[in-house]
Amino acid sequence: MKQPIFLDNAATTRTDREVIEAMSPWLDENYGSPATLYTLGAQSKQAIEEARQQVGDLIGADSKDVYFTSGATESNNWAIKGVADAREEQGRHIITSVAEHHSILMPCKFLEKKGWEVTWLPVDGEGVVDPGSVASVIRDDTVLVTLAHANHEIGTIQPVADIARITRERGVAFHVNAAQGVGHVPLDVQELGCDLLSLSAHKFYGPKGAGALYARRGTRITPLIHGGAQEKKRRAGTQNVAGIVGLGKAAELARRNLEAEAKRLTGLRDYLMESIEGKFEDIRLNGHRTNRLPNNVNYSIEGIEGESIMLSLSYPTADDARPVYISTGSACVSGTLEPSHILLALGVPAELAHGSVRVTMSRETNREDIDYLVKALYEVTERLRSMSPVYKRGSKKCATGSAEGCDCEAAS
Amino acid sequence: MYSEKVMDHFQNPRNMGEVENPDGVGEVGNPQCGDVMRITIKVDDQDKIEDVKFKTLGCGAAIATSSMVTEMAKGKSLDEAAQISKKAVADALGGLPPQKMHCSNLAADGLQKAIEDYRSKTPQK
Repeated sequence: MKQPIFLDNAATTRTDREVIEAMSPWLDENYGSPATLYTLGAQSKQAIEEARQQVGDLIGADSKDVYFTSGATESNNWAIKGVADAREEQGRHIITSVAEHHSILMPCKFLEKKGWEVTWLPVDGEGVVDPGSVASVIRDDTVLVTLAHANHEIGTIQPVADIARITRERGVAFHVNAAQGVGHVPLDVQELGCDLLSLSAHKFYGPKGAGALYARRGTRITPLIHGGAQEKKRRAGTQNVAGIVGLGKAAELARRNLEAEAKRLTGLRDYLMESIEGKFEDIRLNGHRTNRLPNNVNYSIEGIEGESIMLSLSYPTADDARPVYISTGSACVSGTLEPSHILLALGVPAELAHGSVRVTMSRETNREDIDYLVKALYEVTERLRSMSPVYKRGSKKCATGSAEGCDCEAAS
Repeated sequence: MYSEKVMDHFQNPRNMGEVENPDGVGEVGNPQCGDVMRITIKVDDQDKIEDVKFKTLGCGAAIATSSMVTEMAKGKSLDEAAQISKKAVADALGGLPPQKMHCSNLAADGLQKAIEDYRSKTPQK
C-alpha cells in the first residue's frame, strides 16, 4: 500500500518521536510510583512536576493549578460534575451550548437527569455563541458555564475572553474545553480569563491517555475519582508517569514553534479552501471562514453521503493511489440515525450534514498532500454524484411518502 | 468493519445506472436520512427481469446492497425476484454490521417497489 495521507488530526495525532523517547525510561527502568519516598519513586515525582511546569508554561498557568487526568473527556466530566457538586447549595443551574463535544453534552445530560437545570445556548450559522446570550441566561442559581474554546468538527473559535468577563462579573465558574486548541494556537488562561480548562495530550502530538484540567486557585471542585492523595487529593490513582512526561514534552515542543506553525497551517488551510471552492460545485463551508482553527476545514458536498466519501478515499482502487484519511458528520459514523448534532445546530439541512467532510491537518501536512486530497476528493465526488439518484434533481421530497419531516426509522 | 464482499460491491458496483425506458421504477429512502435508492427494471415477455440497474445515495452498505440486489435479481422471474429479502441480500454480502441492517439495507425494498410499479402498470395475465 502507498503511504497514506492522514488528515484526521482532530481525532488524534501521531505521537512525536521526541515525545516517545522522553516517555520510554518511565515505562522501563524508572518505574517507581511517584507516591513513594525512595529514589526510584522520587524520580517519578520529579518528572511529573517537571511536566506540570511544561503544561503550565504552555497555557500561561501557575503549574500548581494543573491537575493530570487521563485526557480531556475525564477533565470535562470532572469540571462539570465536580463544580456542580461543590456548588450545589448555591444552585443547580448550568449553561452550555447545543454544539458541544459529547464529553460535555453527556455529563450535562447526566446532571439534568439528577435534577440540575441546563440551558442549552444556540449557536449562529457559523457556530459562534453570542456572549450576550450567556449574559441573558445567567441566573442567581447558575454555578457553571461550560463551552469549547474551538469546535472539534467545524473549528470555529468562541469569544472565550468576552464570555469570561461576564461570568467573572456574575460570580459563575467558567470551564473551557480547549482540547482542540491547546498546542495549536496560542492560549493563555490569564488572557482567556476562564476558571477551568481541559486539554488532551494526543491532540498535539503527545500520547493517548494523558491530559490535564487547569483549575484556577480558589475554584471549588469536588474530586471525580476518590482514593489516594495524588494530585493534591483532587484526582486519586497512581499517576500515568510516562503519559504525563509525554504530555509535558509535547507541551514543550508545541510551545517552541507555536505561532510559526499556526501561521503556516492557516496559510495551508486557506489554500485548501481556495482549491476546493475553485474546483467544486454545490458545496457549503461549515463553520466560520476565518475565525477557525488553523488546521480545520469542513465542507458539505451536495448529493452524496459522507461515509462513502470517507471509504472511497481510505480504500482507493488504483494501485498507485494513496489512501487519504478524513472524517465525516454523517449518521453512518455517528453510531446513531442522526447526522452530526453540531452541523444541525448550525442550521445545516440533514441531507447536507450527511454529506460533510472534515479535513484536519497536522505539522506533517504539506501543500502536496493538499493537492493530492483535492484531486482525490474531486474524483470521488464525481463518481458518487454519478451514482446519486438525487443530485441535481432538485426535489428534496421523501421517497417513502410524506413530503417533510420524514422519520428515518419509519422510512426503513 | 465491512466484509470483503461489501467492499468489493462498494468499489466495483454492478449494474449502476438507469435502465432506458424502464418497465418498473422503485425508489426508497430519504435524503434527510442519508439514503436513497432508485431501482429501474426491464421485464421481458416471459415476466423475467431482463435488466435491472440502481442509483444510490448512501453509505458503503447502501451502495453494496444495491449492487448485490441487482445481481441477485437479474434473470429471475418477477415472482422469484419478489422473494429476495433484506436478509438474503445481507447474507450474500457476507453479513452487514448490525447498525447497517436497519438503515442502509433498503435495496430489497427498492426492488419490490419496482416490481409493484411494473405490476400496477401492466395488465395481469
